[in-house]
Amino acid sequence: MMHNPHRPHQARVVERVQESGSVFTLRLEFLDSEMRDNYRFAPGQFNMVYLYGVGEVAISIVSDPKDPKLLDHTIRAVGRVTNGISQLKDGDIIGLRGPYGRGWPMLEAEGRDVVVITGGLGCAPVVSVINYITQRREQFGKLTILQGVKLPKDLIWRDRFERWINEPNTEVFLAADKGDPDWPWHVGLVIELFDQMKLSEDTIVMMCGPEGMMRVCIHELLLRDIPEDAIYLSMERNMQCALGQCGHCQFGADFVCKDGPVFSYDQIKPLFAHKGF
Amino acid sequence: MTLPLAPQFLPREQFQQLLDTLHHNGHKVVGPQVRDDAIVYAPIKNTSELPLGIEDHHAPGSYLLKDNGSQHWFDWASTPQGIKPLLFKPRETLWRATRDATGTVHFKDPENDAEKIAVIGARACDLAALNLQDQHFLSIENTPDPFYAARRHNLFIIAINCTRAVDTCFCSSTGDGPKCHDGFDIVMTELEHGFVIASGSQQGQQLIKQLALTDADEKQLSEATQREANATQQQRSVPSQNMRDMLFNALDHPQWDDIASRCLSCGNCTAVCPSCFCYSEHAEPTLDGSITEQLREWDSCFTQGHSYMHGITVRHDTRLRYRQWLTHKFAGWHDQFGRSGCTGCGRCITWCPPGIDITQELAILSKPEEKRDDA
Repeated sequence: MMHNPHRPHQARVVERVQESGSVFTLRLEFLDSEMRDNYRFAPGQFNMVYLYGVGEVAISIVSDPKDPKLLDHTIRAVGRVTNGISQLKDGDIIGLRGPYGRGWPMLEAEGRDVVVITGGLGCAPVVSVINYITQRREQFGKLTILQGVKLPKDLIWRDRFERWINEPNTEVFLAADKGDPDWPWHVGLVIELFDQMKLSEDTIVMMCGPEGMMRVCIHELLLRDIPEDAIYLSMERNMQCALGQCGHCQFGADFVCKDGPVFSYDQIKPLFAHKGF
Repeated sequence: MTLPLAPQFLPREQFQQLLDTLHHNGHKVVGPQVRDDAIVYAPIKNTSELPLGIEDHHAPGSYLLKDNGSQHWFDWASTPQGIKPLLFKPRETLWRATRDATGTVHFKDPENDAEKIAVIGARACDLAALNLQDQHFLSIENTPDPFYAARRHNLFIIAINCTRAVDTCFCSSTGDGPKCHDGFDIVMTELEHGFVIASGSQQGQQLIKQLALTDADEKQLSEATQREANATQQQRSVPSQNMRDMLFNALDHPQWDDIASRCLSCGNCTAVCPSCFCYSEHAEPTLDGSITEQLREWDSCFTQGHSYMHGITVRHDTRLRYRQWLTHKFAGWHDQFGRSGCTGCGRCITWCPPGIDITQELAILSKPEEKRDDA
């Protein structure tokens, strides 16, 4: 039989880290040494993680591409497969295949100011961008991070955000819809913080989160003269094969699994305003 | 390459010899047969199993077989299901996993079950759709699908030129028929007393040579041309072969609501469509959990699960699902495959329970939106 791209490969859970109530990170490595040695990925790409007898889920890789032997996957236990995966322990063997899709435009971003906008319960795909930039600080201009959450407890990696605030040439804006005594940052929406940002002409924006939030942010960014092709977003759709075959993740003519998940806004603009695609 | 043979004449009495030769060459022969008042593709050994003097009558939401008293075997125009299931199986195993006593999971490819099949009866619309499926499942960029590729390699196609059109046919307007031009090993046109037979591949030519036939004469060729011309009399048509921009500009057209009020979201149209390629995957473990299979099954954009992701259903109502189907088929395909995904077979019209006619819906959608009084 010719190469079967559907079949996963054995991978070991090297470490499992609980990040918050329902969010955890699995550090995985391929069992096969050849797989391990040949594997390369870019920030924003994803793997299909398979739990025996239950199924596969698309999970973005959050660790640094300079170490492609250990692959971190931050997962929220929300569904049948992810709830099962959350029960895994160090040393367990699961299935893994990838990497899939097109990641963030890190080369294009070099030398430019980077704005990272995320919403919801901690957005793993853009955390890979923040990690990537802080590890290569001199290659990029100013880094601005905006994160919005519903409740303060939804902010995972609070310690990391607090660390990023102190990084050189970096600004962090945090907002929660509802505050609490422990929340020193803005109470309200992320877009209410846009006026505090100083956007240079040479800015590239990378965002991830609920589509409603991204629509509003794009509107605000365009008002501030950020060009459409300098705004990148990571899209989410039902993914089953990850090969551009099964059809579920189609967004118009694009297969999010292979043409995305990261798109520039001008690529998907015609349909982005319409619900149902 | 040897010189192409001139079209030959296969006398009706020698059709059995064609079946026998295919079997002799190691093919499992699949051909049209009447089952449960419908014409289906099934394994065939003898000409007595062919649908003798059977015509199919189609209308939106209606299909009926009638005896026309002729000696023909191919007086029907379209089977409920085309040849798609021979290559893209409705359900199949992609891989297997086992878990040993230590809890370690092992992955294995399934055994290759690609039989050497010869199919008799494919029409021009089926061949055009097959070409689209080939592009989808075999394209390098998408990583060729090994299961589809193995079956495709083993498929021998005997196409039949249509000699009548039914009420739901519209392949002339999509540019895909009714005459077969390529994509077959052999093509035949049925005459009163036999067939004009021609090859479309080296393999097809070899098979015809095995049959030791004679060249078709002028009279036979002109009878074939006349009979083929009957199939060009079609009642329906698509407004244009490229409606990409029109449809993407009509996403808020009130007609989508009108269609949604009739559409049952049953998915019959996608199940009979020869170009639809969506499939879902799921795990099927044995009761003791020692083995689990990863299966794929045809899926439909009309199901709730198709656009489901962690608690959100992107297309939560029928209007959005029908719009997804139609805009993909007639607009998105142009970007993906350089043409529309419809080859004019008309199956989605025939097999739609409320009889929604896409050609009619496209005609309405291509007109400017009418202003609503309440707007």
